[in-house]
Amino acid sequence: MIEHIELFFKSIFIDNMVFAVFLGMCSYLAVSKKVATAVGLGAAVIFVLAITVPLNWLLDQYLLQPGALSWLGAEYADYDLSFLSFIMFIATIATMVQLVEIVVEKFSPALYNSLGIFLPLIAVNCAILGGSLFMQSREIESLGLAFNYGVSSGIGWFLAILAIAAIREKIRYSNVPAPLRGLGITFIITGLMGIGFLSFGGMLTGGEDGAVTTEPTAKVEQAKTEKAKELADNTKTVE
Amino acid sequence: MRLLSKKDSKLITDPLADNNPITIQVLGICSALAITAELKASLVMGVAVLFVLGIGNVVISLMRNIIPSKIRIIVQLIVVAALVIIVDQVLKAFAYELSKTLSVFVGLIITNCIIMGRFEAFALGNGPWKSFLDGIGNALGYAVILVIVGFFRELLGSGTLFGVPVLGDPIEKSGVYSIGYENNGFMLMPPMALIIVGLIIWVQRSRNKALIED
Repeated sequence: MIEHIELFFKSIFIDNMVFAVFLGMCSYLAVSKKVATAVGLGAAVIFVLAITVPLNWLLDQYLLQPGALSWLGAEYADYDLSFLSFIMFIATIATMVQLVEIVVEKFSPALYNSLGIFLPLIAVNCAILGGSLFMQSREIESLGLAFNYGVSSGIGWFLAILAIAAIREKIRYSNVPAPLRGLGITFIITGLMGIGFLSFGGMLTGGEDGAVTTEPTAKVEQAKTEKAKELADNTKTVE
Repeated sequence: MRLLSKKDSKLITDPLADNNPITIQVLGICSALAITAELKASLVMGVAVLFVLGIGNVVISLMRNIIPSKIRIIVQLIVVAALVIIVDQVLKAFAYELSKTLSVFVGLIITNCIIMGRFEAFALGNGPWKSFLDGIGNALGYAVILVIVGFFRELLGSGTLFGVPVLGDPIEKSGVYSIGYENNGFMLMPPMALIIVGLIIWVQRSRNKALIED
């Protein structure tokens, strides 16, 4: 249970798709002019990530990893198909996006109309492929965790695009230097938000290691005494 | 005889500045920012995209009359994915350390919007030679920004270029460090890449007022 909670908060805040690894930036910048459209795209990203990451986890586990084919029989055990993962992952994602589009169109035309153009765009959103590739490179252990990872990194992306859309709606009334207007200021604001998100880095380790906190203070004390000595020496030489 | 007609050479020079894929068209930002902490990685990424975009554009342009428009996105993705697998395997074979630095971002060339954008906007409607030039031009425009960002981040962040110290030795306090300069470790952090690109956009748009958004 604890690793689920840890992964959940870690993928939303610490390894945030936008601010820590810059995934899905193109649609993040293109679709964040209004809050309403940003919410639609954000929801679609959460949904697609929640489906494709566990699906690709299964593919990776039973088809692509070195030794993954051993369920077919002992003679297949030393096959390594991991070089195929890009093409398999992107094929899964493209098919899933197409499927989701068909299903949404059938059962909820209203939602389909509001998402309309964004759904096919998601197939080429790097946050989606990035989710699957990070899932592979971080060696997530179980299907449940993979699902958790998909949902929570989707939520992280959603939060980021919601925040920047809200800021961009307000910044229209600010006096930004003309050449920076639009794209430039959005980049810089995203950078500043990224710096803010860096501070979440200590969220999961803070408070546990009391030993570490005492060490620096000891060093500071030592440095202080050394400085005092130096000062004393200097005053002596002046005299 | 000139190798390139005036129109053809415009295909290459345009994306370098006035129609730059990163700063004007806002495509392919993700990978541009994530791997620019070192100049070498930026350069390799630029070359990889040059290869994929140049060849991919030609392939798509050759197939443009036989791709059904309904499934063209999947066809395009498969072409890119095949090319990226080649790049990834070559990197793993000849520059293993570098392929570790680039980690998943080589794979993410597949979803680099510059590539899909050029396929959609150019290769589907033009002949192979023109598409090739367009691909090369756009990839160069991408690489230029990558190299600029990588240059500043590596120089100010670790005082080196291509891993060679150029500002002196930070430990022995030689070179620039002797007058009290310190490496700005913050430049190696991801958010600074965004701010540098923001500044590049600022410089570019103050030089060319036509690009300013309202």
